[in-house]
Amino acid sequence: MTDAPVSKPKSSLLVQDARTKRRNASEARFKIYGLAAIGIGCAFLLTLLTAILFNGVPAFKQTFVTLSVTLDPAAIEDAENSTLKTAKYKAMVSEALLAELTEVGIQTDMDPTKLGDMLSSATGDQIRTYALAHPEQMGQTVEFTVLGSSRVDGYMKGRVTREALANDKNLDAEHLDIVDQLAAAGKLSLKFNPAFIFGSDASEKRPEQAGLGVSVVGSFIMMLVVLFLSLPIGVAASIYLEEFAPKSRLTDLIEVNISNLAAVPSIVFGILGVAVFIQFGGGSLGIDALRKSAPLVGGLVLTLMTLPTIIISTRAALKAVPPSIREAALGVGASRMQAVFHHVLPLAAPGILTGTIIGLAQALGETAPLLLIGMVGFVATNYPSGFFDAFTAPNSAMPAQIYEWAKRADPAFYERAWGGIIILLVFLLALNIIAVILRSRFERRW
Amino acid sequence: MPVLWLFVLLLVIAAVAFFAGRATVLRTVKGKSRLLHSLPGFYGWYTSILTFVPAFLVLIVWVIVQPLIINHAVAPMITSAQDDIQRSLMADDVQNIAKGLDLMSAQGLLPQETSAMPDDLRGMLGSVGVALGSDPTEDKYAAALEFRALSRIGSIALTAVVLMVAGAGFLIARRQVTPTMMARNKVEDFVRSLLILSASIAILTTVGIVLSLVFSTIKFFGLYPAADFFFGLTWSPSFQGESELGLLPLIWGTLFISLIALLVAVPIGLFAAVYLSEYASSSMRAIAKPALEVLAGIPTIVYGLFALLTVGPLLRTLFGDGGTFGVNWMTSADAAITAGLVMGMMLIPFVSSLSDDIINAVPQAMRDGSLGLGATPSETIRQVVLPAALPGIVGAILLAASRAIGETMIVVLGAGAAAQISMNPFDAMTTVTTRIVAQLTGDLDFSSPTALVAFALGMTLFVITLGLNVLALFIVRKYQEQYE
Repeated sequence: MTDAPVSKPKSSLLVQDARTKRRNASEARFKIYGLAAIGIGCAFLLTLLTAILFNGVPAFKQTFVTLSVTLDPAAIEDAENSTLKTAKYKAMVSEALLAELTEVGIQTDMDPTKLGDMLSSATGDQIRTYALAHPEQMGQTVEFTVLGSSRVDGYMKGRVTREALANDKNLDAEHLDIVDQLAAAGKLSLKFNPAFIFGSDASEKRPEQAGLGVSVVGSFIMMLVVLFLSLPIGVAASIYLEEFAPKSRLTDLIEVNISNLAAVPSIVFGILGVAVFIQFGGGSLGIDALRKSAPLVGGLVLTLMTLPTIIISTRAALKAVPPSIREAALGVGASRMQAVFHHVLPLAAPGILTGTIIGLAQALGETAPLLLIGMVGFVATNYPSGFFDAFTAPNSAMPAQIYEWAKRADPAFYERAWGGIIILLVFLLALNIIAVILRSRFERRW
Repeated sequence: MPVLWLFVLLLVIAAVAFFAGRATVLRTVKGKSRLLHSLPGFYGWYTSILTFVPAFLVLIVWVIVQPLIINHAVAPMITSAQDDIQRSLMADDVQNIAKGLDLMSAQGLLPQETSAMPDDLRGMLGSVGVALGSDPTEDKYAAALEFRALSRIGSIALTAVVLMVAGAGFLIARRQVTPTMMARNKVEDFVRSLLILSASIAILTTVGIVLSLVFSTIKFFGLYPAADFFFGLTWSPSFQGESELGLLPLIWGTLFISLIALLVAVPIGLFAAVYLSEYASSSMRAIAKPALEVLAGIPTIVYGLFALLTVGPLLRTLFGDGGTFGVNWMTSADAAITAGLVMGMMLIPFVSSLSDDIINAVPQAMRDGSLGLGATPSETIRQVVLPAALPGIVGAILLAASRAIGETMIVVLGAGAAAQISMNPFDAMTTVTTRIVAQLTGDLDFSSPTALVAFALGMTLFVITLGLNVLALFIVRKYQEQYE
């Protein structure tokens, strides 16, 4: 017997050869690419959220000035008789500001009108409303908290610098000295501003007064329309397609249609809204409720947009209910309609509701179609006067209002746009949390 | 709101009919419900449906038709109108006056009905919140009075007719309801037709979209030559006339920005999907996947604002005049690259979750085979999994492209308004969607080509995205069948 020749191994198991090293290195590189991609994605998300919070949180605070204004009957009489009522009131406030300055010991040789530029032009209206509502306080001195102008507000928040004021005709550096002194005296401060959340939009010249409240109502009304139309229609359509539809050309056509509608750009739905609802429905047919900028029209357009989403998720929820449930119901003598409505539908309800809420969240953030049906511009100025009025009176919606602010020239509106986004995201977050809770608590797995 | 009250009344009648129908049939069998063909409730539903539905349909048709008829009747009374267009404008005034008079009488502001026009009619109407387009004249006031009189007659007639139809329906149902009648089948047939009606709303929507686009597009091409639209190189609309409405610069801008977005989204999304499905531990998947999906849930207006106020200025400080890199490439913060980058961010989760599904659908046996032959995981992915998933991934990219082309808010806020054909990503460009928004916001004259062009643009957009979607769905479906 001879020993088998011991072949010398070409490579060691313990030491990697060059080729293995190269392959392992490429493996490691590939993994790093993947990690980097996820890292970039998460970094984008973080940057976005940081930008929103960093820019948006200041919008919830506003500069207020505390002033004592004497409601002089003669001056009020004079102001009421003039054509520029609020301007006269504003002049009264400016005088009061000058008096306030002297009282806390701030020296200035500015004339009251110029001094008044520190305050919002909305103050005149504020004093007027108060004076007319409280005739019994005529002649007394009342303490008011009035809005500072947007430039003063920007200075308090660090947005407006002294250098930037050099070519600003609204405010001088001298104003800012007074602002500093007033702040030190505790007469001027940044406070939480509920009017930003609950107020209405203000004109281009008064960013400090603008609020999101009215457009929140507009959004809410549209969501009501979407919910009450798209949920029943979507569920009915899904039940038909999933449970009853025969395999036919028509069924195929409807299915292809729905999956294509889900991918049609939202702006095309806006064009549909203009042409069908406003031009044809409101114009040719003369249906009064279908007019430009009406939340009802917005709701209808968003309904058509969310329907495919709701149908797709409802069908998935119906499909998840096992056939044994239907068969058992049919076996004890239920009709097909009864099997579906008494057994399948209740079991699929959590899934359907989750899908509906996600559809609503999508609709809530949608902007493009609303621009076409006129829900932008200076429209969210007043709260609707009643429930029905809220559907037809011109209004904006949260995202459209944010767009409107982002478009205006004054940078003070940008801060409000960011703040508006925070409110919008809070609503979206709430909707998504409800959806998650519904799914985790009620969804059954078979 | 008399119509609303009529509707509520109709609902109440329908509810009463339900109980009446149920009680009737139970009485005929002396309470022994097993003698009935269907459950007693179905007889109630049958009666209720027959009472409500025809009356409701009459109500709807009436509400739509009545103003048309009345307007037609009143129109000849407007004698001060010179032509038909003016007459239709004045008809709006007449309606507004009539509405104002209604409001005034509801608030008790109208002392008495006079055929002579009050002096300060415009001021009086203003006080109840009705604004008139032009000064009211005697003939308009007379027409408005006639309008009110006819409307009043109409609404009385409406109530009478609707109630009569409801009553007739109720009586017919009552005669038909017998214990042997197959009430359940009839009610279920009705429900079934409601279901079919709901399902066909999807088709109606598509028809609505196509019709609204086609009619106005044809009208547009009647006013503006189609060849100039499709092959024009200049886009300069002007509401005074003499506008040049060339599509090419817009298409160029759209495709260029979409390309930038895809260059950002596809590599990142694809690598993320590969890592998540092939390498990531389940705990990492549980964090990273939802984090990426949050990006998809953020409304596009947020990305638009981010592009306008954060990314744009940031890019300008990097690449602009006196910027960090000392190159003067970027003059304005609105540029193709600003919109493209942000749109890419938005599309990452779209690409990654679609690709994730597709990669997961590749059978495990193919991976196992490759790994068993000694390939490293990355070699398996590159040479086995990705080629197998390629058709699906192409489909996903096409879907992402269609999203990018149809995206509006990011480009409206981030891309600028200059319609130009340029290869420089730092130039401002404009897209089809931006121009649709620009042409269709504000007060519009739907007979001028500058407003109508928006419909032609919408048509172009609709056709392009529809084509991409159909192609993508076809590819994805074909691919899915391969492994089933």
